[in-house]
Amino acid sequence: MRRPVLLLAVLAVLAAVPAATAARQGTNLSVVGYSIPTSVFPKLEAAYGNGVTFSNSFAASEVQSKAVAAGLPANVVNFSITTDMDRLVQSKLVDRTWASNNKYHGIVSKSVVVFVLRNGNPKHIRTWDDLVKPGVDVVFPNPFSSGGARWDVMAAYGSQLREGKTPKQARAYLTQLFRHNVSQDTSGRNALNTFLSGKGDVLLDYESDAKLAQSQGKPVVYLIPKATLQIETPVAAVNGSNKVEAQKFVNWLYTPAAQTIWAQNGFRPVDVNVLRKFKAQFPPRPQLFKIGYVGGWDSVNTQFFDPTNGIVARIEQGLGVSTGG
Amino acid sequence: MSRLAVDVARLPVARKPALASGVALGYLSVIVLIPLAALAAEGAHGGWHHFWQVAWNPESKAALELTFGLAGAVVAINSVTGTALAWTLVRDSFPGKQLVNALIDLPFALPTIVAGLTLLALYGPSGAIGVNIAYTRLGVLAALLFVTLPFVVRTVQPVLLELDHEMEEAAASLGANRVTIFRRIVFPHLLPALLSGVALAFARAIGEFGAVILISGNLPFKTEVASLYVFQRLDSGDTSGAAALALLMLVVSFVVLLGIGGLRRWATRRDRQS
Amino acid sequence: MIVRASSLAYLTGILVAPVGLIFWRAFEHGLEPFWHAVSNPTATAALKLTLEVTAITVPLNTGFGILCALAIVRHRIPGMGLVNAIVDLPLALSPVVVGLALYLLYARDGWFAGLPFRVLFAVPGIVLATMFVSLPFVVREVVPVLREIGTEQEQAAATLGASAFTTFRRITFPAIRWAVAYGVVLTTARCLGEFGAVSIVSGGLAGRTQVLTQYVQASYENFDQTGAYAASVLLAALAILTLAATTVVRRGDRSS
Repeated sequence: MRRPVLLLAVLAVLAAVPAATAARQGTNLSVVGYSIPTSVFPKLEAAYGNGVTFSNSFAASEVQSKAVAAGLPANVVNFSITTDMDRLVQSKLVDRTWASNNKYHGIVSKSVVVFVLRNGNPKHIRTWDDLVKPGVDVVFPNPFSSGGARWDVMAAYGSQLREGKTPKQARAYLTQLFRHNVSQDTSGRNALNTFLSGKGDVLLDYESDAKLAQSQGKPVVYLIPKATLQIETPVAAVNGSNKVEAQKFVNWLYTPAAQTIWAQNGFRPVDVNVLRKFKAQFPPRPQLFKIGYVGGWDSVNTQFFDPTNGIVARIEQGLGVSTGG
Repeated sequence: MSRLAVDVARLPVARKPALASGVALGYLSVIVLIPLAALAAEGAHGGWHHFWQVAWNPESKAALELTFGLAGAVVAINSVTGTALAWTLVRDSFPGKQLVNALIDLPFALPTIVAGLTLLALYGPSGAIGVNIAYTRLGVLAALLFVTLPFVVRTVQPVLLELDHEMEEAAASLGANRVTIFRRIVFPHLLPALLSGVALAFARAIGEFGAVILISGNLPFKTEVASLYVFQRLDSGDTSGAAALALLMLVVSFVVLLGIGGLRRWATRRDRQS
Repeated sequence: MIVRASSLAYLTGILVAPVGLIFWRAFEHGLEPFWHAVSNPTATAALKLTLEVTAITVPLNTGFGILCALAIVRHRIPGMGLVNAIVDLPLALSPVVVGLALYLLYARDGWFAGLPFRVLFAVPGIVLATMFVSLPFVVREVVPVLREIGTEQEQAAATLGASAFTTFRRITFPAIRWAVAYGVVLTTARCLGEFGAVSIVSGGLAGRTQVLTQYVQASYENFDQTGAYAASVLLAALAILTLAATTVVRRGDRSS
């Protein structure tokens, strides 16, 4: 009779330990973000201090956005594209004024779409046209869950327009690109891991992610194509408990101290003074364009990423790769 | 023995069917039945036609084919290796046999995500022996073999233990070689247990998630098994697509369970006859 | 002998070598990095949550499991065979199916959406998922024993005037206690190791709703291999403790 009871008693004691220490002193903010800033937020949070503790969750941008809309507790959100923020505005979780009452329109950090390549670049990939040469395998995530993938696709499309091609030719290029795609990971970070495990010749990724991989000693190099898209990632405080504390943290993310941490970790700062200090790490590109150049996210999402009729959905269905919702 | 008239109100709980059964049924409903009903409702809503449309697209079809194919391979391999391991543990003796016996249960106790990670550590990109099976079907197969290792061993072992050596010795004395003895005397006795273990391994292989998630890379049409497809569909917001395939997997699991039950009954009947 | 050699080689290649390598890698750079990896706030929060959930689930599944076993064995109404099948179902179900079922039930537009407390992305959801997957063990261990011992002693006690509880405490439970112990150990192991169903319902908020198995995945995917291996070793150690406990229970059962 004693031994099973003993086992239960031990379990009960083990349960008491976390319960006893669970009394949290101070505020706890939960940060829900897209998959890329996983390593920079702990550093930002450590620098912020103020007696605030943080709980973090990072995954594909759209996945996170839908999770928060479905009830995932969040105080601060940092997504890859503003569409994922608009979803929360619609469910009244984020104020409509999240972007307009802010000097930087709610964009806390920037990046660019880059080509991540193997050391030595054995296939000599330099331009967007090289991506669709025979025998080249391209890795980028699933546009229907990853914000990063949408940046990648629109960078590809816009680059063709920049080169003087017509929209029809640009769309044909996209079809080619998808034909060369060999993986459809959920998030940007997962796509990087796929590439690092040996799959593909080139990865389309955020510059910040590529920099992180390099700083981790991974055998990759990255190249910023001449024509590429500027990535702008939005951040906002979520309505609900601890909104005031959350807003304070969000505001702090724009301060020079915080922007320096962003920059030190591979993200292009929005503060121009900080950017100037780090300009060696973040070279400008001659044919850099923003999402407005290809129509802005609202129009792009309808035209390209509608799960049934969008251009990308139709391309994928045509290729037999089903990821349209 | 007992008095004929027993006051029902004074029956112990064990004899008050209503209370125990009511509580048990309530508990099972809340924990198991109602959630599964919600899944069935979501998966089946829209009718038969909609279900097939959603569940039978190229990617899910590929996932199902891969899943069943791998499960079949797992079952075939485990039949051989599981029986061999059980044989070694029962008929053989060597130093450390007790330890080996205990190790067989490790896949039961080890979390699946850890199982996958261990295989990735040894056979993955930074693996110690230079072999890289990450993001390949072989990698997924290895993960499935890891988690299904104990099933056949543990169902065959007790039967082997109880097996009477007399017939084998008689056959040997009549000149039969070891293979023939195994094939014609031992194996028929093992068959129900083997099939039970195989069915359990099959059910497990079809549904495995944690062990395969890291090593498979979730490449559609290549290494995306059914459980990963369901997870990915849910992540993409396509709950009805996820639910449709999940419902399919639920039905398959149930059928396999019924099969295992049938096998057990066959086995008990055979035992009674022999 | 060739059977022994090949089967042991298989066991080594598929099981022993990979698990051994994890232990090696975790301690490769010494005890200090390992300790740092398991004592950081996120890892300890994950461990605490895992233990918390286990401590809630095991007693619930044990108590209800014994009741289920009693109902299955002592009940005469047909349909209890179906109950038996339902109890076994979690063993054959994929964890993602379990997680998805719970997700659909407790989501904003689900049947049980209106509860006063949060289920999804919170501890109750994790507990429900863990209860689902670890449900069968106690029942399955207790049922055969109950069948074997029969009801004679209980009936005798009833005729002598014993209350239901007394009969259970002094006659039924002592007979099933080793089966219960074994079931508890198996349930505990399952709770500690649950990953798939919890991944879907918990949201994985590091420090809040992330269990240790999710921590392993998150660490690995964020290039923190040391952290992933260290947490894995922790979980593997708990698994080995569980195996040791089953040996103890089996010996105790045989000796009583």
